[in-house]
Amino acid sequence: MELGIWTFYFFALLTVVSGALVVFLRNIVYSAFMLFVTFFGVAGLYIFVGADFLAATQVLLYVGGILVLIIFGVMLTRKVMDVKVREARINFSHGLFLSVLFLILLLGIVFNTEWTKADSLPPGPTTETIGILLMTDYLLPFEVASLLLLGALVGAAMLARKGD
Amino acid sequence: MITIEHYLVISAILLSLGLFAVMTKRNGIAVLMGIELILNAANINLVAFSHFSTRFLSGQIFAIFVIILAAAEAAIVLAIILAMYANRQVVDIDLADTMKG
Repeated sequence: MELGIWTFYFFALLTVVSGALVVFLRNIVYSAFMLFVTFFGVAGLYIFVGADFLAATQVLLYVGGILVLIIFGVMLTRKVMDVKVREARINFSHGLFLSVLFLILLLGIVFNTEWTKADSLPPGPTTETIGILLMTDYLLPFEVASLLLLGALVGAAMLARKGD
Repeated sequence: MITIEHYLVISAILLSLGLFAVMTKRNGIAVLMGIELILNAANINLVAFSHFSTRFLSGQIFAIFVIILAAAEAAIVLAIILAMYANRQVVDIDLADTMKG
């Protein structure tokens, strides 16, 4: 169990530090690669609350899908960014102040609230349960989500198309 | 012993970092990365509450829907940024103010 706790702290530190680097690094390509580490760290954190299916989905969809999209976006728009020497960010001090204030507020809420506790499910594979839930209780949201994805696909292709 | 507070603290930090990125970055893609951090923070919360406060998997199902929405949103945002880049040769969202929104 001792080893488990240390692994958890390792993933937590990985997530937080790489998340900070995403935000504070000035080179957007490095930020994109740090985001990769953050997503992996979050997937590791999911494992510790017994969400094995979600961890795999996180790696497949975020790391394999969304991050590749983001890196494509960076690469496709990079040429002009090199020429242009604009400040990469604005409102630095205001933004920092507001974010830190918000963090303090959230931490205050986290530590001053009595969270409801329940006996956790025994650890085990969750894929079957999730599949059954998606096809029974959550069938309508599931279908709506598939329609939304179709719409997003067509819309993205329309927007990114060359010409008229 | 891992408690729910561990998860809530990690999620709060990620959320603040994402908020900071959204508020201060000029590059549209960097703003998108901030939004992804915020969505991940929300997902951590959903999964943690699902595990520590209930005996059901509803939180995980919600997290799956959030991931689906994040994928759709990333595709659309990148399409918009690429269209903007094709028309105006910039990805700086401060310069996209023609409509005075």
